[in-house]
Amino acid sequence: MKSIKTWILVVLASSLLVACGQGGGGSGSKKSKTLDNTKKAGFVKCGVSQGLPGFSNADASGNWTGIDVDVCRAVAAAVLGDADKVKYTPLSAKERFTALTSGEIDVLSRNTTWTLSRDADIGLTFVGVNFYDGQGFMVRKNSGINSVNDFKDGISACTNTGTTTELNMRDFFNSKNIKYEPIAFEKADEVVQAYDAGRCDTYTTDKSGLAAQRTKLSAPDDHKVLPETISKEPLGPVVRQGDSVWEDIVRWSLNVMIEAEEYGVNSSNASSLKDSENPAIKRLVGAEGELGAAFGLDNEWSLRIIEQVGNYGEIYKKHIADTNILPNRGPNQLWTKGGILYVPPAR
Amino acid sequence: MNFKNFKIDLSNKNKDLIPQILTVLFIVLVIIYFTINAQNNMGNRGISFGFGFLTQESSFDITFSLIDYDGSHSYAKAFLVGLLNTILVSVIGIFFATILGVTVGISRLSQNYLISKAAEWYVEIFRNIPLILQIFFWYFAALRALPLTIDSINFYDISFLNVKGWYVPRFVWTNFSLFAYSLIVAIVLIIFTSKYAKKQRDEFGKQIPVLYISLGILFGLPFLTFLIGGVSLSFQIPELTQLSKTIYVYQGGVTIIPELISLALALSMYTATFIAENVRAGILGVNKGQKEAAASIGLTKGQILKLVVMPQALRIIIPPTTNQYLNLTKNSSLAAAIAYPDIVLVFAGTALMQTGRAIEIISITMLTYLSLSLSISVFMNWYNKKMAIKEK
Repeated sequence: MKSIKTWILVVLASSLLVACGQGGGGSGSKKSKTLDNTKKAGFVKCGVSQGLPGFSNADASGNWTGIDVDVCRAVAAAVLGDADKVKYTPLSAKERFTALTSGEIDVLSRNTTWTLSRDADIGLTFVGVNFYDGQGFMVRKNSGINSVNDFKDGISACTNTGTTTELNMRDFFNSKNIKYEPIAFEKADEVVQAYDAGRCDTYTTDKSGLAAQRTKLSAPDDHKVLPETISKEPLGPVVRQGDSVWEDIVRWSLNVMIEAEEYGVNSSNASSLKDSENPAIKRLVGAEGELGAAFGLDNEWSLRIIEQVGNYGEIYKKHIADTNILPNRGPNQLWTKGGILYVPPAR
Repeated sequence: MNFKNFKIDLSNKNKDLIPQILTVLFIVLVIIYFTINAQNNMGNRGISFGFGFLTQESSFDITFSLIDYDGSHSYAKAFLVGLLNTILVSVIGIFFATILGVTVGISRLSQNYLISKAAEWYVEIFRNIPLILQIFFWYFAALRALPLTIDSINFYDISFLNVKGWYVPRFVWTNFSLFAYSLIVAIVLIIFTSKYAKKQRDEFGKQIPVLYISLGILFGLPFLTFLIGGVSLSFQIPELTQLSKTIYVYQGGVTIIPELISLALALSMYTATFIAENVRAGILGVNKGQKEAAASIGLTKGQILKLVVMPQALRIIIPPTTNQYLNLTKNSSLAAAIAYPDIVLVFAGTALMQTGRAIEIISITMLTYLSLSLSISVFMNWYNKKMAIKEK
């Protein structure tokens, strides 16, 4: 009798407490909730792809490498002092944004195209571009197709769902007034297999992706990527909307890697450049100014990034050029050397 | 607070009631908590909630659609395309799973050693391999085994099978509506005829050849519309077109995409094993004495199965088979793995990605599957009631 009454009270009281406890927190003040949580947890929660060579790919023993992975490593070096303190979560194209907005990850670095609707609509903020890509087509060499102008009504094209690729493909074929058959798979591995089996005449995705996936075909040399690029695909890291301090940390972790290449600062010479003549270099290696304080970090945050992860040129060479995915840097070259990599000054 | 006057009447009835009320209260509170939590979090992250996106232009195309659709239509229409594709593959799957399941179930009870063993092996193999692997197997096995378009398997020059699909002739109708009406009229006539025949048999013991009359009406009436109604039908046969040096495609006919074929095949092969076991259980569940009694009044083997065993076995077979139909429908959501554009791939996949409306889209998708399953349940319960033994 009495126990039932107590029980009712306990249930009601606890549910009220739970409901009330949910009200506070989350509003954007000067303090960063994500930064605090990351420091407390001791690792950066990073969302990556399920395996795209050069960008984010795990080896047999589970070590992640790639230029997308290095963005997370840079953030970890800046915030926690150790680039290896990253927890990677492999995500499909479909899962990635939900994982970020729900707080399962704090940085999404997964070859994600920066578009207006993604940036403005669904609670995300893009912080920069770490790879300028564009969508292309792969065909069989013996197909007699040498340019996108050779496509005719009835062509079938394989691609991934849940990506901008699907939309670009439609825009492209519509603008050329070609009737096409779109075959969209959830995972990249199935696209490769279906294309390999002849289910479709062409495989379309970002050109870097085509180059990487081509290596998985049964006879890579029988296929070629057409010269045309049909879209702009600026790929870059994404964070949740509403934590501007965290957003700045991720943005500038990426920017200093590019700036470091511009000033010739790399992982081996960084610490020796502390007494450089050039104030821009001195700021980069933390010997001048108080740049880290702006977002609650110490002054050597950028030095750690350069030493532990490297500058952009080193990263590109290691993951993209030396692996023969795209040996030519193309647009992903510094603005001073004919590319379009141009970041605001770190000062 | 004053709890002294707060008395609970603990008669047996209330004793049962209190835990029930508490449970309901608890569930309601949990739901409220989750809703408030979701609202708070979405508010904090600047995500709005709403279904307005459904009327926006979807701007993606879908390979295979039963209705007119392209990327200039709305997300709502894309949802409908996905839903219809889900229903299509479920209906095809249920149809073949039932036929195959009943055949295999009866075969397992056959006196013939080879037939019963073959049926047993089939059941044991296919029900013990995960469905997703079977789907991949049929899909990629089919893709690898089928020839390229130029070397298509040719069925009498009207139908062609290759790696890009199965191409069949398209029906081109004139005055199709008249033909459709004649079919409806024919079906109504057949229902009346069989009712009349049953009455004649019950009251006067007259046997009317219902089957022949029905067939006559079913074919005769629509045939008349061809003769005098101006209805005509022609076939558009798929034609081979060359797109480039080595790329060919059939155009003009209807294409049944390999994704649909392999998904329907995998679903029906898998589900048929469970139905076969239900059928076997149902038949074995009928008392041996029933068969012996039927044999003693001189019924043939076929008649015993049709008139005595099956009507009683169906009572046992239908409820678990309903479960299998529901499973098949829900399992069709694995379509996404092989690019069959069902509701999960199109709506909970592409549309979710393009709009970012996870909560809205997943709720709609879950509600859709719930309604589909409930419709199947309602129909099967009705059929089960109809088949139940009526005490006279």
